[in-house]
Amino acid sequence: MIRLKQSLMDAVRASWLYVLVLATMLFLVLPTLIVIPMSLSDARYLSFPPKSLSFEPFFSYFASLEWRSATAVSLITATLTMVLATTLGTAAAYSLHVTQSRLSGVLRGLLMAPMIVPTIFIAIGLFFVYARMDMNNTIPGLVLAHTLLALPYVVINVSAGLRSYDMTQEQAACILGATRLRAFFDVTLPQIRFSVIAAAMFAFAISLDEAVISLFISGGDSSTLTKRMFSSLRSEIDPLIAVVATLMTLLSITMLCISIMAQRKAKRAAA
Amino acid sequence: MSVVELHALNARELQRAERRHRWYLFGSGLPALLLVLLTFVLPIGWLFWLSLFDANGQLTIENYTRLLEPIYVLTFVQTFKISIIVTIACVLIGYPYAYFMIKGARWLANLAMGLLLVSLWTSLLVRTYAWLIILQRRGIANDLLMSLGLTDAPLALVHNLTGTVIGMVHIMLPFMILPLYAAMKSIDPIYNQAAAAFGASPSRAFRDVFLPLSLPGLAAGATLVFVITLGFYVTPALLGGGKVQMISMRIESDVSMYANWGAASSLGVVLLLTTLLMLFIVKKGAGLGRRSE
Amino acid sequence: MSEDLKLSMSIDIENLTKTYDSFAALDDVSLSIKSGEFLSLLGSSGSGKTTLLMALAGFVRPDAGSIRFGGREMIFEPPHKRDVGMMFQSYALFPHMNVFQNVAYPLKLRGYGRAEIRQRVEQALATVELDHLIERNINEMSGGQRQRIALARAIVFEPKILLMDEPLSALDKRLRETMQLELRRLHERLGMTVVYVTHDQREALTMSDRIAVMSKGKIRQIDTPVNLYERPANRFIAEFVGESSCLPVTQHAGLLQFQGRTLKTGSAVEGLKNPSLVVRPEKLQFVAAEAGEYNHLHGHVADVIFQGESQLVQIDLGEGMAVAIRRPTRSSESNRLPARGEAVVLGLHPHDTLVVGNEP
Repeated sequence: MIRLKQSLMDAVRASWLYVLVLATMLFLVLPTLIVIPMSLSDARYLSFPPKSLSFEPFFSYFASLEWRSATAVSLITATLTMVLATTLGTAAAYSLHVTQSRLSGVLRGLLMAPMIVPTIFIAIGLFFVYARMDMNNTIPGLVLAHTLLALPYVVINVSAGLRSYDMTQEQAACILGATRLRAFFDVTLPQIRFSVIAAAMFAFAISLDEAVISLFISGGDSSTLTKRMFSSLRSEIDPLIAVVATLMTLLSITMLCISIMAQRKAKRAAA
Repeated sequence: MSVVELHALNARELQRAERRHRWYLFGSGLPALLLVLLTFVLPIGWLFWLSLFDANGQLTIENYTRLLEPIYVLTFVQTFKISIIVTIACVLIGYPYAYFMIKGARWLANLAMGLLLVSLWTSLLVRTYAWLIILQRRGIANDLLMSLGLTDAPLALVHNLTGTVIGMVHIMLPFMILPLYAAMKSIDPIYNQAAAAFGASPSRAFRDVFLPLSLPGLAAGATLVFVITLGFYVTPALLGGGKVQMISMRIESDVSMYANWGAASSLGVVLLLTTLLMLFIVKKGAGLGRRSE
Repeated sequence: MSEDLKLSMSIDIENLTKTYDSFAALDDVSLSIKSGEFLSLLGSSGSGKTTLLMALAGFVRPDAGSIRFGGREMIFEPPHKRDVGMMFQSYALFPHMNVFQNVAYPLKLRGYGRAEIRQRVEQALATVELDHLIERNINEMSGGQRQRIALARAIVFEPKILLMDEPLSALDKRLRETMQLELRRLHERLGMTVVYVTHDQREALTMSDRIAVMSKGKIRQIDTPVNLYERPANRFIAEFVGESSCLPVTQHAGLLQFQGRTLKTGSAVEGLKNPSLVVRPEKLQFVAAEAGEYNHLHGHVADVIFQGESQLVQIDLGEGMAVAIRRPTRSSESNRLPARGEAVVLGLHPHDTLVVGNEP
């Protein structure tokens, strides 16, 4: 009798778990999905079912010089950040992997620090320093700042890839006649490429989505998409923003898929 | 560390070569180091410096003593309040979710992870904007509540604390769930099996075996959420409607509106130190817990 | 003969030292390896044999000393400038390249032309009998095949020195023994100087021209396999190389005695510290009674163990001492083996009587 009651209670508890989890899943994905129908309607308020279907917001977006320029800025910055962060981060991850000194411990700490330090703090600091170097409202300034934020993730990803890689192969390449640099490019890099790709995707996404620092150090012609969005949202809800949001979301999800595929391939290669 | 006499055969040159080699390897990390020094260490160092000067350029600690004034204390209290609420909500919602990702039906658990990642990778700004849409007076949340008959008039779900908390919880959930999931994953199922073999019911086994073992992961996730929420800017700024004032927003207004670098930097320093302190406390607590095992 | 026509090079190691914290991996090691010689570095883990090989390759930079290849100082050269072939324990083949590309890699680095590369790679793979697998993926290869590919890659550029780090340890016993003989034959054919690291004394005995036995960062004895086996310098070597039982021996008035009897030895033995009698299983014989020139050991049969091609008879000599005698499994022999518990007399010819001291 007690056994029956116990298993009944367990079943009830199990179904509660399912309900809760399903509700949470809906909670998690709802905002991502909601922007798409929003970008296709002309109304200011999203109602279900949507009142009218219209491509007006898309047209406004493509017609707007400011939004197009902001998109260009964000995409260029993200691409440059991806290249810079991946290169610097991979080199740093390699250095950390092959040296075990106190100095490399310091380097690792410094590289990881931006994850712990509140971004607003970094943002005003950079704004201040850039002002003195006349680097505010420039794309290079943005790229350096975004790279700083992306570096920890690149280092973590590439370090993981290096850990599951057999360094003896690099030794073999060296004794066969390759300099260490050549051995890295010929042998090591091809084998950690999935970790590097995943890291690159991270870097791109981080740069594209970055809002806080961009708020301070980008402006005018070099405003990022996020800065324009933020400024717009503070004043009113323009349906055009939904278009931007949709495009950004589609881009993010593409990056995510590529990253997951790359990480899965990396895991398979290590096995 | 060599105990070899330097006059031994080739010893001096070999030592020099070894040192050169180490620098060469370290050099690979130099570009990254330079970037971090320029964009991180320099600005933050400067901010620390700025916080010690007043508007006239005099050395002073008034920027810090000013933080004891009621208006700042209120900001601190509200920030902590929000962080605590968000952390607790994330724990309550996140724990079952992480548990499900481990124990649930395979395809459903994968979907759960997938949706979590989609949420994480969607732009922060986009998600905050989406909540603005959902929670506004004529948004779907209110539509749903009214059609279900739970309320007659639309509720003020956004441009206030409620909206801020909802938005923050949404943003922070992945940061709670992922560390928790990782920790849960490393719990050997053999412990639960052993408990069952000893006659414990599933709920008993959970309470006595699984839950305690998952606590370190829970602590890690909770700390992460708390610490990130403390310094958060975008979501409270957009969803708070001016009624919510967190430390980060105060810093922003001090810079953008008042150009009061002394105030902004001192506030930032305090925020940073609070963050580090919290991390340190949790780390020590985890260490103590482990030692008592 | 000019340097270019020679197939091999000599190696001179002088006062090599390497310490990690307070641990001496190499302790003032000096060694001269003749051109074309097959030298094994034999020792247990921690003996320094791998460290010495890595120092020769350039992956470990000693704290002091000199390494010369063919008279030229190499100790400051990085690995990629040393022009030696090397085989690693884990083979370290490149999984993202196929067999051809793996073997061709050193040639590509040296700037050979495409046709020349093709020819040399095919030749190298033919030498290891794998030319039919030239286009295959590395992941499809078995352990034994990978080992050969690694060997082909190491010799394809005709190095004058070949370094090998326990290359056969991942193979099963039968394959290992086959490969030992093959490597020996390869060495005779190609003629380069080989430095071979192993912990398996049988392997070292099979393949080497000379063996350097190492322990605690020092070379304890370096000699031909025969000399090492028949005339070990001390007890450590005697026990490390080949099976043996070491029995305590006393000295009375210049004479060595065991179990109260004077030992007759082939040559004069003097000034040993803690002398021991080294008894190898194949050197003992059953004798009827104390007669003739043999040294005699008295004991009881403890066990008779069948080991396939031979039988091992364990004899208890009393006072906690034991020896073993190995007899071939020939029908004429097996019938005459004593049974358990029987009292026996063992004979050891003076020329087989080996007395050694502890290491200095």
